[in-house]
Amino acid sequence: MIKLIALVPLFPLLGFLINGFFGKKIGKGLSGSIASVSVLASFIISILVFVELQESEQKSHIVNLFSWINSGALQIPFEFLVDPLSSLFLLIITGIGFLIHIYSVGYMHEDEGFSRFFTYLNLFIFFMLLLVMGNNYLIMFVGWEGVGLCSYLLIGFWFKNTAYNNAARKAFVMNRIGDLGFLLGIILTFVTFGSISYNEVFSNAGTVSPAIITSIALLLFIGAMGKSAQIPLYTWLPDAMAGPTPVSALIHAATMVTAGIYMIVRSNVFYSISEVASETVAVVGVITALFAATIGLFQNDIKKILAYSTVSQLGLMFLGLGVGAYSSAVFHVTTHAFFKALLFLGAGSVIHAMGGEQDIRKMGGLRGKIKITFITMLLGTIAISGLPPFSGFFSKDEILAHTYEHSKTLWAIGMFASILTAFYMFRLLFLTFFGKFRGTHDQEHHLHESPASMTIPLIILAALSVVGGALGLPEFWHLPNWMSDNLDSVIIRKSPSTMSHETEWLLMGIAVAGAIAAIYATWVVFMKNKVMPAETEQQLKPWQKLIYNKYYVDEMYDLLIRKPLDYLSVAFHKFLDLSVIDGIVNGVGNSVKAIGSSVRYFQTGNIGFYVMSMTMGVVLIILLTFLIK
Amino acid sequence: MINGISINMYLMLSAIIFIIGAIGVMARRNTIILFMCIELMLNAVNLLLVAFSTLHNDASGQVFVFFVMAVAAAEVAVGLAILSMIYRNLKSIDSDLLGNLKN
Repeated sequence: MIKLIALVPLFPLLGFLINGFFGKKIGKGLSGSIASVSVLASFIISILVFVELQESEQKSHIVNLFSWINSGALQIPFEFLVDPLSSLFLLIITGIGFLIHIYSVGYMHEDEGFSRFFTYLNLFIFFMLLLVMGNNYLIMFVGWEGVGLCSYLLIGFWFKNTAYNNAARKAFVMNRIGDLGFLLGIILTFVTFGSISYNEVFSNAGTVSPAIITSIALLLFIGAMGKSAQIPLYTWLPDAMAGPTPVSALIHAATMVTAGIYMIVRSNVFYSISEVASETVAVVGVITALFAATIGLFQNDIKKILAYSTVSQLGLMFLGLGVGAYSSAVFHVTTHAFFKALLFLGAGSVIHAMGGEQDIRKMGGLRGKIKITFITMLLGTIAISGLPPFSGFFSKDEILAHTYEHSKTLWAIGMFASILTAFYMFRLLFLTFFGKFRGTHDQEHHLHESPASMTIPLIILAALSVVGGALGLPEFWHLPNWMSDNLDSVIIRKSPSTMSHETEWLLMGIAVAGAIAAIYATWVVFMKNKVMPAETEQQLKPWQKLIYNKYYVDEMYDLLIRKPLDYLSVAFHKFLDLSVIDGIVNGVGNSVKAIGSSVRYFQTGNIGFYVMSMTMGVVLIILLTFLIK
Repeated sequence: MINGISINMYLMLSAIIFIIGAIGVMARRNTIILFMCIELMLNAVNLLLVAFSTLHNDASGQVFVFFVMAVAAAEVAVGLAILSMIYRNLKSIDSDLLGNLKN
């Protein structure tokens, strides 16, 4: 089955083509089914590949499809790499992708562009699969760009709204800025190693000067910053909430934003060699985690809270990568995919029940009305807050433990960000589901539980969020850590942990105690004292206003980058476009006219004049012949 | 030396007749005079050809003159036909009036 790995991206591609060309004609039911079935088929094959890989002795299989680029020294074959890392990501992408397809059938039911939505979704799955399956950086880059494109198409799905289009464009442009770094990194890799296939590059990494490795690692990280929304290229993610909620769940929670993580794990050889790059990754990650968590505390739009939560959790994953805990980061990617997709889909269910309302200040007391949504979101919230035995606890704890070994400062910041996570997530939960309903009368009548196509994925994801921790049980409990064992062949194993058992228990205890304290504090603030988030901005204190306005980062980018570019653009237009280029083109036309109007006087119509001209001409030629002799 | 007159005389005579013909074509308005000047030019060339042929005792010059005369005759026939048509249309043979292609 590993040989047939090419089928995995093929099915979504077929789904894309069929829905793209015939979507309108075949109707909503068939359209949704074809899209979902194609992802299901990929999922089944991914499972078979995964099982076969587990049982096989050889952990890394390269499947060559065709010879892609043959140009002198540049030889790039189109190859897929099947190893534990890529097969795990395949399962996540196709599995959660399938659940979200099912969910979308229900969520997008009323929408005009139903088949267009599924076309884009299938295309996205195709590109994401290419990204994780390629055996060289170029195929990864093709997938990288492709998912950026699909993200643009899906964020701006309701294209009649200008604000959504702007958000989509913002996402794409910021991605492109990161992609410049990524591309430079790939080029530097090629120049250094003569190849960009993983096996050839990584086996020779030791022979190259560390300075070059650091440069490559940093350039690749710039790409990851753009794709995975780290500081300073994170502002597109909250704006991307303009897209339909299944898009937010799939792309901006579970898959696309984890592409940066995948890329760094795949290139772990580089980051293990270069301390500078690893340190940069860790610091950027932990600062992003804290920064985004603080902003999330004050947001009132249910999807924006989750968006900032995603940025924050991605920061934690990068922190894990930066301190060398690669398998922990992958573990957190997996568990995060479970509970973040769950939370987003649940939010979609809430929005569906509220008839489109997204402001949590207008919600409240929903737990009686939409029970399944409530219970699943409760489970998801507990998971993300890091309470045992839910999955989030195990993955976060692993990252924080490895961070503590590396640097106590980073650990403290990361721990604080995690505690804030518990705070703002439970704030969301309490304000949405508890207390009295604060919406309008019509909304209250409209409240209803979502259809089965939407609740079943919620239930499945909730179950995964609860038991997912079993994938990576802590080593010092003397229990098998499947995740790190699995990825052993891919990742350079860190030197074993030197922390004593007491320290590990202590760290765990602090994490759990912190989370519980945060939850208690939230309960006191929002349930007991019934504090409501401010209705209008004027009611906020200055420091709250600063955080509520996202530290004015967007405004700063506008001022520092966009305005100068605008001026430059206008200047170029006035000068180059209008004066110079139009001048030249019009000038050519004008000169032709001028020459013509002076030359036309030769045509007098007078025969005598014509004969005279001829005679003069002959005389001239004869004279010249004599002179030139 | 042909019959006691140097070849230069023949050259100059031919040139003068040719120039008179050329200037006539340039400066005259009457179309019939125009044709006569064209014939003048042709005959000047004929004169020159015969002179040199006699000088070099080569008959090809005189044979060429036969050709030129035949062509001149044909050309006059065509030209006078065109002249008749112009007269029928314009009721005049003033070449200044033939300016429809002006500008």
